[in-house]
Amino acid sequence: MCLAIPMKVISTKGNTAIVDLDGVRRQIDISLVSKVKIGDYVIVHAGFAIQKLKKKDAEETIALLKEVNSEIHR
Amino acid sequence: MKYIDSFRDTNAIRGLVSKIHSVAGKIGKEIVLMEVCGTHTMAIARAGLRQLLPENVKLISGPGCPVCVSPNSFIDKAIAISELKNTIVTTFGDMYRVPSGNGSLEKQHSKGARIEIVYSPFDAIEIARRKPENNVVFIGVGFETTAPVIASVIKYAKQEKIKNFLVLAGNKIIPPAMEILVSDVHHHLDGFICPGHVSVIIGSKPYEIFPEKYNIPCVISGFEACDILQSILYLLEMIAGMEKISVKIQYTRCVDPEGNIKAKKIMNEVFSVCDSEWRGIGLIKSSGLAIKDEYKQYDAEYMLDVSVNISHDRSGCICGDVLKGIKSPVDCIFFKKVCTPENPVGPCMVSSEGTCAAYYAYEK
Amino acid sequence: MDHVWSLQKELVLLIMPMKNETILISHGAGGKQTRKLIEQTILKYFSDKILLPLPDAATVNIKGVEICFTTDSYVVNPVFFPGGDIGKLAICGTINDLAVSGAIPLFISCAMIIEEGFGFLMFEKILKSMSKIAKKTGVRIVTGDTKVVDRGKGDGIFITTTGIGLKFKNVQLGKQFIKKGDAVIIGGVPGMHELSIICARENIKFKTGLKSDCAPLHQMIEEIFGVSKKIRFMRDPTRGGVSAVLNEIVSGSDFGIEIYEDKIPLTKQVRSICEILGFDILNLASEGNVVIIADSKDANSIVRTMRKNPVGKNASVIGFVTDEFCGKVILKTKFGSSRFIEMPAAGQLPRIC
Repeated sequence: MCLAIPMKVISTKGNTAIVDLDGVRRQIDISLVSKVKIGDYVIVHAGFAIQKLKKKDAEETIALLKEVNSEIHR
Repeated sequence: MKYIDSFRDTNAIRGLVSKIHSVAGKIGKEIVLMEVCGTHTMAIARAGLRQLLPENVKLISGPGCPVCVSPNSFIDKAIAISELKNTIVTTFGDMYRVPSGNGSLEKQHSKGARIEIVYSPFDAIEIARRKPENNVVFIGVGFETTAPVIASVIKYAKQEKIKNFLVLAGNKIIPPAMEILVSDVHHHLDGFICPGHVSVIIGSKPYEIFPEKYNIPCVISGFEACDILQSILYLLEMIAGMEKISVKIQYTRCVDPEGNIKAKKIMNEVFSVCDSEWRGIGLIKSSGLAIKDEYKQYDAEYMLDVSVNISHDRSGCICGDVLKGIKSPVDCIFFKKVCTPENPVGPCMVSSEGTCAAYYAYEK
Repeated sequence: MDHVWSLQKELVLLIMPMKNETILISHGAGGKQTRKLIEQTILKYFSDKILLPLPDAATVNIKGVEICFTTDSYVVNPVFFPGGDIGKLAICGTINDLAVSGAIPLFISCAMIIEEGFGFLMFEKILKSMSKIAKKTGVRIVTGDTKVVDRGKGDGIFITTTGIGLKFKNVQLGKQFIKKGDAVIIGGVPGMHELSIICARENIKFKTGLKSDCAPLHQMIEEIFGVSKKIRFMRDPTRGGVSAVLNEIVSGSDFGIEIYEDKIPLTKQVRSICEILGFDILNLASEGNVVIIADSKDANSIVRTMRKNPVGKNASVIGFVTDEFCGKVILKTKFGSSRFIEMPAAGQLPRIC
């Protein structure tokens, strides 16, 4: 019930933005999320941004996953 | 695709699986974890994650597919609306083939009804603008991920004074259904994998009742293989007593504990909570969303005069028990023999996320 | 007892065809529904032994000369799409059906049903496109038919093409020649045609830069026959995609097929749009792609030859024929788990779930 994908904001205009994922682009509505700016990643569901992706948290999770991998190789 | 691929890393997956085996080994007994999001059901099946888990960790699927839990009466209403003159029904692809006793939107299309599949409810507004001589009715399904989107579109329609757009309101909210499952005597559940994008909207608070009242841990999970495995690991660590039993957010990159306040506000502006019927489960109090009075002119049920022929599920179909996680698709006498994706008996088979469809397509 | 009897009655009712059932769009999607329509309804009335194996093209013997004979209808909407049009699709489709059957495409007929009100400019554009591709490939359009139907009774234009070609000498293709250990080769990124059409539709609005892979393959296929005498089977993955073709190959066989997720050629855009709309690329149609089963010893030289041709630049070995899970197709994920690939039930629909 939750098919939604992180896409990068490449332009904004009022309540809409153009988002991109590896060359696939669409205009979406950003009225459900505050302070969306170019370069942000937003989670896109049914033509709307439902949240901004927090890059810091994403990087932390990625680092945790790298740690899990190196733990089993010790 | 950095923020997708990084969470499908093969080495990380191997590492997580190894840790899961180790903690599950310490626990020893059978552990039953339930995921309540159809997108999780699909993701687990497509990645073959069940095969990687230890014998004593059982993953069961709950009523997390909003299409599967839409009652026969809802589909019958959509069918009846499609038969009205000068009416175009617009729908997400998910609903198109779901059967009730009276057929489906796909079958209605074959009989000449005007039905269009849209990616976004906003596309339905554009159809309404292009065809002012028609009523354009959007079939509103989904959980809390989709409710603010539909609410936003209804608000927009009011602002723009669009007079020929209506919504058949069928959105539901998931935590009440989770509580019904937990308090069901048939059930033994050791943990919940909570829906990631629903939680983007509602945050973590609605799940706190599970550790507090039932001592059941919850982890809010993302959708990639690493997310789901990491969530399973966190649940096992809590069950093993290595961590306090609580609601934990694995999907930190998208979920805030308070959720998306702006989206919740818009949702609450347009919708009010009501009792709702869940296919296979029955009436669950305060589990549905109805359109508020200020927006009633966009409520299809209120505005349109339709006589609906309500159908019922075929006897023998155990979608209800499958949705509750009590039975598996393989326990159903119709599964694969008669009930198949091209000839579905119940909703669990036709919805791409339905448990039976996922088992049929992906489980060995 | 009553409960058991009532369940049995339910089972019987579900199996019997209902008299007032209608044909659905999914009957034309190339998956299970299409198969069922052909096997349970059409073959009841058409039962020629040449037809029964349901080949892409029939091989008929006329006074000692082996001729391949195929027909196809084209109903695509929109009629002009990124990378082609209904005319180009019709000619390439028929050429490819002949080529994968081991024949040199020679002559084509073209029957058109045009809806009243269809623009002359568009009609001529389509004819020009067909003429252009025919000239380029050396295939001759030698006969045809034209009908016009009332406005509202035809979706713009429908085209049916029938083609005949001469079978290559010493080329025998068929499921019966497939052996355990044979390689499964694909000509390029799957699903590009159907994906580009879906994205071009009005209610989807994703800009992808994706183009249909619609192209004639006969030259590349001739080159492949030149480097290997051990090609067992070929089919172009149109409706139902690679999933449908692989399932058709294993159906009723004493072998299975195993393919590897990380070996399937994909582009970034194809991956992205599939993630966003929830599509499985293996279930989507190509119109310039081919699935080949061949002796694995020849696999590398076949792939090298294909990659030299612009229509095969992403050719890859994606799997092998096995004796495990006979009659089934298995996909192995990159991290070691596996799942079945089933015959698609019906066409793919964009989803939110």
